[in-house]
Amino acid sequence: MIGPEFLETVTRALPGAEAEVVVRRVTRGLTRFAGSAIHQNIATETDQVRLRVHRDGRTVALTGHDLDSLVDRARTALAGAPADRAWPGLTPPTAPTSPGNEDPETAAATPADRAARVRDFVRAAGGLETAGFVSTTAYRASYANTLGHTLEGGTTEAALDGIARTGTSDGVARYASVRLGEIDGARLGARAAVKARASARPEPLAPGRYEVVLEPAAVTDVLTCLGHYGFNGRGYAEGLSFARLGETQLDDAITLLDDPVGPGGGGLPFDAEGTPRDTLTLVSRGTVRAVLHDRATAALAGGAATGHYSDAGFGPLGSCLHLRAPTRQPADEVDGPEADSHVAALVAQVGRGLLVTDNWYTRVLDPKTLVMTGLTRNGLWLIEDGQVTRPVQNLRFTQSYPQALGPGAVLGVGAAATGQPGDRLGTAYRAPALRLASWNYTGNAAG
Amino acid sequence: MWIKSRTNSLGSMSDFDEAQSAVEAALAAGARYADARVMHRRYESMRARNGEIEELTQREDAGLGVRALVGDSWGFYAISELSDIAARKAGRVAAEIAEASATVPGRRVELSAAAASIDSWAGGCEIDPLAVPLSDKGDLLSGATKTAHAAGADLAEGVYQIWDTAKWFVSSEGHRIDQRIRECGGGIWATVIGDGETQRRSYPSYRGQYGTRGWELIQELDFGAHAARIADEARALLTAPLCPAGETTLILGDEQMSLQIHESIGHAIELDRILGWEAAFAGTSWLDLTKLHQLRYGSPLLNIVIDPTIPGALGSFGYDDEGSPAVARDAVRDGIWVGVLAGRDSAGVAGLPYGGSVRADGALSLPMVRMTNVGLEPGPHTLDEIIAATDDGIMMETNRSWSIDDKRLNFQFGTEIGWEIKRGKRGRMLRNPTYTGIGPSFWGSMDMLSSEIVQWGTPNCGKGQPTQVGHTGHPAAPARFQNVRVGVRG
Repeated sequence: MIGPEFLETVTRALPGAEAEVVVRRVTRGLTRFAGSAIHQNIATETDQVRLRVHRDGRTVALTGHDLDSLVDRARTALAGAPADRAWPGLTPPTAPTSPGNEDPETAAATPADRAARVRDFVRAAGGLETAGFVSTTAYRASYANTLGHTLEGGTTEAALDGIARTGTSDGVARYASVRLGEIDGARLGARAAVKARASARPEPLAPGRYEVVLEPAAVTDVLTCLGHYGFNGRGYAEGLSFARLGETQLDDAITLLDDPVGPGGGGLPFDAEGTPRDTLTLVSRGTVRAVLHDRATAALAGGAATGHYSDAGFGPLGSCLHLRAPTRQPADEVDGPEADSHVAALVAQVGRGLLVTDNWYTRVLDPKTLVMTGLTRNGLWLIEDGQVTRPVQNLRFTQSYPQALGPGAVLGVGAAATGQPGDRLGTAYRAPALRLASWNYTGNAAG
Repeated sequence: MWIKSRTNSLGSMSDFDEAQSAVEAALAAGARYADARVMHRRYESMRARNGEIEELTQREDAGLGVRALVGDSWGFYAISELSDIAARKAGRVAAEIAEASATVPGRRVELSAAAASIDSWAGGCEIDPLAVPLSDKGDLLSGATKTAHAAGADLAEGVYQIWDTAKWFVSSEGHRIDQRIRECGGGIWATVIGDGETQRRSYPSYRGQYGTRGWELIQELDFGAHAARIADEARALLTAPLCPAGETTLILGDEQMSLQIHESIGHAIELDRILGWEAAFAGTSWLDLTKLHQLRYGSPLLNIVIDPTIPGALGSFGYDDEGSPAVARDAVRDGIWVGVLAGRDSAGVAGLPYGGSVRADGALSLPMVRMTNVGLEPGPHTLDEIIAATDDGIMMETNRSWSIDDKRLNFQFGTEIGWEIKRGKRGRMLRNPTYTGIGPSFWGSMDMLSSEIVQWGTPNCGKGQPTQVGHTGHPAAPARFQNVRVGVRG
């Protein structure tokens, strides 16, 4: 418990201040490969202290490596900082929800462990050029504040994200877990190769509205954007979100959680304000039940903090968004380009539509309607009469995500969710495939 | 104490010794080349909403990152502790990581030649931004956002950011370089919430304006003088007619041009992308090295220069993070592609004689190919002349959304505001303007280019895994394009 020790130093130096200290250690290994060789191999060990102090109506937040220096700078900054009339106060003593999902083997992973999975991926791709990464990360954090609240926890994450390439196509396979032991480089390499070969020499397709099966990788992009904009407590409080608590705005097939503490969940079990994270139901059978809050946005919106403080400047963000699937039944490998048997089962229900592996470079046109533009990537196929019939060239879309998931628009949910790498350190996703009635493709390779 | 680091103030400490120790240890562990950077960076930001200051943030990072090349495989290890013992361990570990890399080996690594400079460099800074009283900074942001809120913005926001970076670089080839770079900038935003959609106007741009300068840059921006205007424009946009859909003549303002250059030229000419080193995430490039010096990238008006020597521009430095000196070179000349952004190892693979564009986002990040200042040379026209010469078209200003494919060909951009251009005059305001196109045909259609260059800075360029945030500069000016598809909607 190092947080309380550090807090003692702060309270001696800044008597009378409301203060909180978070001490974080991150041990990260990242092995990147391209051209079927490891070209970047990185390991870092970082220790960081975050100190937030409120005194005489002024607030400062500082991060650094040396506590004495931080305290000195806090004292100086407090003397000149502008008034903070929105200070939400410190988190009162609150029982922890979980110590976090940690795996000792992942925390102790070596460059050789990561390289072995890269080697398996490359070999399984059967001679196709490959690129991607294997990563392992361990987080430990200790929190303490002057109200006497303390927390301790950690988490681990491991991920493999790789592509296999023909001269005219790429195929992707990715998987993320708390445990490195669940990462099977050979299985993922083989899957990426199947997808790459099946999408070789794609043909042009006219833009328009298509029924789609989004594989878990593409669904992860949808969850990312919903989390950043729709369920962001800052945007919600300011009227920039589509979300309206208690209203059925999405299809009743949609149940969305933020779940860092559930089985397989990634992310720390509390945030930098010391709010414990629990399983948070954002959407239950299409009805919006909650949004992500830190203490400030909760005060603004009249709700409770949910443990999603972020210092990234975007307001509260998700830690482990999980789109619930009907079962936990493991998927089987399939011969075709579908990611697995759960995806293939959805494809079999489609009369005419598209199988979408991945969305790429999605950006918001309007946060309230959540109209996004982006492109398909890493494999796109036409589906006819329940069968994948031919690969097609990537398409650009301009689509409102809440509309795509709206009542009556979700025609199927994959049987089980799969772990997907997060877009930020300390985040993860669990997503099944989705079959959606319509997706608006607005451009193709011709523009 | 579990966390410990040197606490000397910026500008007086010297960490050559730790960097040297790390390099020596890597060589002793079998590396044939090694380099090390010690970096110390201070960051400060403040945000205001509707006249109230939000959290004041200050960060201080220090650390050492060491690269080791063992055989033809790289290893990189970084730590936040600065001591001789830790530095020597870091050098050894970097070499061990390189040995693990060798279990999945690649092609021969040859570094392009670089003179072993011994030098000290500092960027310009008239007013130390970290020395400006916090109360003055707070008054500036609270005043501007209060004005915009009073003028009709539902949400008026303002921010400034400051970085103060010192770094010490040592290589096994004899480099010994220290640098001090101060960066500063900010912006204000006015958002109005309508029935089912939002509208926003920004000043001076969506990302603000940034440079390798001091607080004088913020003073010159004069947020308060523009706060009411952006609120008025945002409110007016709610009821403005929609940007029509179809093909038309498009005029882009200088800020949108800067992002167009960034996304569809700057990233496309990154040599690591061209070589496939970023294929799995950031993507590749439509450019083929065998076409260098032959390929037509755009119209003859298009001249793009890579120039990290521009005083005050956000992508400026004395040396990159491999010790290569800042040198200006052409990327596109008279519309023909002639140059790339490169590092020493990628240049070695490509057989090119230069690197010079490798940077890292902090000591703990691996240096990689990044844009420096990539932008236009002035054209022969003015914006007024471009508008006057346009019979029927649309002008778009201030970026709002941006998306481009993994080969940097197919793009779609949205801007905050559009204007109808009829018979050589600016007419009605247009809402939700968007345009889309394919890089070379779009740049090929550029038939007028202004001479009114602005040095725009982009402080949020993401690339690499884990994503590093780069600071880039883009000299840009208004330009006109023909037969562009506009008005794409969901």
